[in-house]
Amino acid sequence: MQTERGRIIVQLIPQFVRLSKRGMAGWTVLIGSVIVVAVVGMTLLAPWIAPHNPIAINVGPIMAAPSSEFPLGTNHLGQDMLSRVIWGGSMVLQVALISVAMCVAVGVPIGLLASYAGGNTDKGTSLVMDSIYAFPGLVLAIAIAAMLGRGVLNMSLAIAVVYVPSYYRIVRSQVLTIKELSYVEAARALGAKSRSIILRYVMPNVVPSVVSVATINFADAILTAAGLTFVGLGLSVAVPDWGWDLTYGRQLLPAGAWWVIAFPGLMIVLLALGFTLIGEGLSELWSPRLEQ
Amino acid sequence: MSLRSYVIARVLLTIPMLLLLLTLVFLITRVLPGDPVLLHFEKQAKPEAVEEFRQRLGLDKSLPEQYVDYLTGVLRGDLGKSMQDFSPVAQQIFSAFPATLELAIFGMIIAVVLGIFLGVRSSRSYNTGEDHVIRTFGIATYAIPVFFLGMVLQLVFSIQLHWFPSGGRIYPGSEPLGLNLGGFHLATGLYTVDSLLEGNLSKFVQALRYLFLPSFALGLVLCGIFIRLTRTSMLETLRLDFVTAARARGLKERTVVYTYALRNAFLPILTMMGLQFAALLAGAILTETTFSWPGLGRYLVDRIAFRDYTAIQGAVVFFGLLVALVSLMVDVLYAYLDPRIRL
Repeated sequence: MQTERGRIIVQLIPQFVRLSKRGMAGWTVLIGSVIVVAVVGMTLLAPWIAPHNPIAINVGPIMAAPSSEFPLGTNHLGQDMLSRVIWGGSMVLQVALISVAMCVAVGVPIGLLASYAGGNTDKGTSLVMDSIYAFPGLVLAIAIAAMLGRGVLNMSLAIAVVYVPSYYRIVRSQVLTIKELSYVEAARALGAKSRSIILRYVMPNVVPSVVSVATINFADAILTAAGLTFVGLGLSVAVPDWGWDLTYGRQLLPAGAWWVIAFPGLMIVLLALGFTLIGEGLSELWSPRLEQ
Repeated sequence: MSLRSYVIARVLLTIPMLLLLLTLVFLITRVLPGDPVLLHFEKQAKPEAVEEFRQRLGLDKSLPEQYVDYLTGVLRGDLGKSMQDFSPVAQQIFSAFPATLELAIFGMIIAVVLGIFLGVRSSRSYNTGEDHVIRTFGIATYAIPVFFLGMVLQLVFSIQLHWFPSGGRIYPGSEPLGLNLGGFHLATGLYTVDSLLEGNLSKFVQALRYLFLPSFALGLVLCGIFIRLTRTSMLETLRLDFVTAARARGLKERTVVYTYALRNAFLPILTMMGLQFAALLAGAILTETTFSWPGLGRYLVDRIAFRDYTAIQGAVVFFGLLVALVSLMVDVLYAYLDPRIRL
């Protein structure tokens, strides 16, 4: 198992090197991936690389500016900001991962089935999806999160509901084109069942757009999770989280404690930027129309 | 199809969408696990008190009855009573709305102006360093949480440099009064407009100073999409014959770009302004919280802190209706400007 995984990673490296030869879009994907891998790696290794316990108070002086002892300073509870920054991505990454998985699991099948079926099923589903899509996402997420209460799953669900229509729409637009193509018609003429047409002929064509939507969705989910935390619907205060640090840091701003917000904020920007770059690059690589 | 029949068709299409939207909000606030009344009290009230509370808010009825009450209420402009003080939610929302509208308008203006300017520059320096920098900047704006950007602006421009106030809408006590002519009174609730109606220039300048940082944060975060749109549209247009012809006639490059070519990008930009309205409102919620801006977003966030679920529901419904209305207006405007849409 271990060697198998190693082999896959070794095979992936030349793929990435090849990306750098595909112009600006390739570089965009490459830089984005490096950022994401670095941030995710940092979060996974947090227990070993963080110098202090991120939730222990009075580790250092209160609201100390960055120094050699505390490179990113300390907050109003005397907590080490470096340790909090290193640990702070775990919740947001979990929420983003779960919500993206929920979106794909719900949005893609509904999109495939409804648009392949066509007629009233398609019209009805589109109406529901368009209504959700038209709604200001954060407001909808706030309403759901406020009703469901705190928790990783609840927050993920609140975010997922908002983004399901994006998947539905992209899948639908692809299916409507693909199902008219001659090879699908040929398959149908040969007596292939709808199920196998969808799974074997339509689905593989949809995958690239779903992947690029999913990476952009990752960035959106991260920003929405931080936004929910900022309006007071975050997870437990006991877990180090960039969003919480920003929320509390707002009250420390008049004292000029810039380091309390600067580093957690930059981490959110960096992670969201990483995913955005991957998504942007992929959609450009996969639709050569834009390159011309 | 005539413009009139297009408008009628578009309005008719909005009705089922609104009904779905209202139902969705009802399902979220009443049917999802989590009883709003118990959540409000955090399970620390006597059962009799809870029952009385339910009766006062009309939450003791059956779900279908509540649903009918809720829909007829929305039709009458009644968004229910606040759990906090039993005052009408609609009234509170209407008094907070002008502040959000003002912030949204200025935020949108900054986003569009900045987006068009950078988009045009980027398209004219296609595939050069400048183009790459502007495009990267455009992508980076997607990744910045507006409240973080707001805090950075506050830190630099108000706490360090003291150029702008760090929060609020105007110096307390100097709210502009609007126009007063004898018995006639006109006030829009938009402080920039009201101060001009009052004829008080110093209040106008003050209102602008308070408005600048929040709307700049909002505009900067939203300008990315306009940069991209303008760039793509300009890249296509600058290759067309009429642009070459205009250049051949010896017109100034600036005239060719801004008066001739940019006109073609106008309709997509208008549509995008409508589409971005929902994002603008979401951004406004977070921006208002950052800058203590007394608008709808701040109202919503305050109500969350008080666990005032009826007010949260009312605010969410209002946001939804607003977005539906704006998208209807943009579609109608688009159809008016571009007759092809009506075909």
